[in-house]
Amino acid sequence: MDLITLAQVTGNLSAIGYGLAAIGPGIGVGIVFGKAIEATARQPELGGRIQTLMWIGFGLIEFLALLGFISGFIFTA
Amino acid sequence: MAGVAELMGAAGMTLAAGGELEIPQIDEFLPPEILFAGTPFAMNRIILIRVVMTVIMLLILGISASRAKLIPGRWQGFVEWGIEYVRDKIVYEVMGELRGKRYVPMICTIFFTIFFFNLCGIIPGMNVAATATIMMPLIFAAWTFVQYWIAACREQGLISYLKQECTPPGVPFPVLILLVPMQLIDILIIRPASLTLRLLANMIAGHLIVALCFSATQFFLIVTENKMMMAAGVVTFVGGFVMTLFEAFVAYLQAFIFATLSTVYINMSYPEED
Repeated sequence: MDLITLAQVTGNLSAIGYGLAAIGPGIGVGIVFGKAIEATARQPELGGRIQTLMWIGFGLIEFLALLGFISGFIFTA
Repeated sequence: MAGVAELMGAAGMTLAAGGELEIPQIDEFLPPEILFAGTPFAMNRIILIRVVMTVIMLLILGISASRAKLIPGRWQGFVEWGIEYVRDKIVYEVMGELRGKRYVPMICTIFFTIFFFNLCGIIPGMNVAATATIMMPLIFAAWTFVQYWIAACREQGLISYLKQECTPPGVPFPVLILLVPMQLIDILIIRPASLTLRLLANMIAGHLIVALCFSATQFFLIVTENKMMMAAGVVTFVGGFVMTLFEAFVAYLQAFIFATLSTVYINMSYPEED
């Protein structure tokens, strides 16, 4: 590090990329669980069905985050 | 310390043997062949774990089934609770009893195999989930894929199924130009691929994060001379245990999601009625 360079970053930007990719699914998962809780509070007798639907939606949203995770391995290899 | 590092290395854990932090890499999921090398039946660690886990699972379920009594004891009650959970909460919840009866054995097999295989990731000595290479999730996804096409052909015929999936009622013609290829890609590729990748990526990510926590602990507490790093080591040590517990939860959750989505996809092959 010479005199002009005050700070430097080493390593890979893909870590930041994955952080960005996880924002959207993070918001989505929050909405899914929040809405499921809301719906169950309104109609507790439908709780089982709502929970099943909630996990399906959770699975789909989670997949988006995992795509970001996988593409890190695919596109650097 | 070298002895411990070697021991842990033999047990499949990545630990820093040298002077720097060793970050677990993707190569860990392609370990060298250890049995029958050179033959078509060559086995590496992960395949060996699968065989061991299958034998354990068959023994547990087989012995429980052969000793089943009319009045269940404590153990039999526990096993039956697990199977009834899959039957009532996954299959009957989605499909109803009439359609679901045929698929209970299949979904039970998928759920328990994936659950046990995922649990390998946190069993000391195994330390890698048996579903963490692509073949195992792919097999289960292919099974689901075949089953929902068979169900479609049997229940309403192939043409009717494609019509139901590709052209929902009330969609204007210009939109169909976009919609039909999308739906075709969805039922042919996206569904099995997302089932496969979800399970695979979850297990890989879980293993990497646990391995990274303990690898960093070893680096901070033992390898580095800097005593200021001790605090970071304690954090990663506790973090490793927390992530291990989280992995146990993820093992169950992924088995549940895989089984639920398989059931949902098969259910979508049945004709819609209202």
